[in-house]
Amino acid sequence: MTLWLVVAGAGVLTYGIRLSMLVFVSHDALPDAARNALRFVTPAILCAIILPNVLYLGDDDTLSAGIGNERLIAAVAAAAVSLIGRNVWLTIGTGMGVLWVLQWAT
Amino acid sequence: MQPASIIRTGRAEFLAGVRAELPLLLGVVPFGAAYGATAVDSGLSSGLAQSMSFIIFGGASQFVAVELFAASVPGIVVALTVALVNLRHLLYSASLAPHVAHLPPRWRWFLAYLLTDEAYAVGITRYRDGTDAPGKHWYLLGAGCALWASWQVSTGVGVFAGAVVPDSWSLDFALPLTFIALLVPALTGRGALAAAVVAGAVAVAAHGWPYGTWLITAALAGIVAGMAAERTATERAREAA
Repeated sequence: MTLWLVVAGAGVLTYGIRLSMLVFVSHDALPDAARNALRFVTPAILCAIILPNVLYLGDDDTLSAGIGNERLIAAVAAAAVSLIGRNVWLTIGTGMGVLWVLQWAT
Repeated sequence: MQPASIIRTGRAEFLAGVRAELPLLLGVVPFGAAYGATAVDSGLSSGLAQSMSFIIFGGASQFVAVELFAASVPGIVVALTVALVNLRHLLYSASLAPHVAHLPPRWRWFLAYLLTDEAYAVGITRYRDGTDAPGKHWYLLGAGCALWASWQVSTGVGVFAGAVVPDSWSLDFALPLTFIALLVPALTGRGALAAAVVAGAVAVAAHGWPYGTWLITAALAGIVAGMAAERTATERAREAA
């Protein structure tokens, strides 16, 4: 019962965060600088999710930035394909393909 | 992405949003199954494990909640920690706000419920593609619904059948790969580039911080860096003129 209350509380808080600027606070109330800053949310959050995901390996989260990091090599290949082709499936196909080949070869 | 000028009806936008979300599902489905399996293994009832996907609907934060439940952490701390992990959604909410401000409240209430990393990343790309199609909220809705449905189903699979996809397939890697495909076209200009580089560096450096604090710190540092880089570029242009 208590667990259900906790989950309900967590759900209300999470929904409140998502609702905050869409419903509770008007976007027009924000100062220009804040509105300007929001343009950088996408590049910042995406890169912040990608890099640790690629650089920290295994269950013990070891930092690996060398040539032995198969995920890093696959990610660089995928980024290169994305830069040239701008095609999502080709990017993923390249990244997964490179990763599988490297994992199979080692 | 899609050539925008040919997408007009709400239905077409919705379906385009679903299609744009599909690559992310490669990574989301095994993640959902892993969550469901972990939650039940940790002693949660299957009803509660499944309901969390419906009530909270936030992958990483649900994992954290399961972990804390298993460690018998006080309930109030669990709820606040989940909120902390999801605090970055405030940035998504603010970033989407100008694009949806004209919609009726019921739309904004519903889109807010669907506002996750994966739906935001796909939806904002459509809003920023430089076209002025009127039905872009349908695109976001399509992306959000595709994610929601697959999260509920994959959670259920995990709860009742266990983690079905072996880790050795590395399907989780499809998530960062899709984010790469969304990031590269977003790197337009000095400010966006600085935001990405600094956020990435801070995320790697602060990775050990608990409960997603590393992620929100990295995002904020990146935003500040983006603004600073853009201001420097503007000032330099003014001096040159």
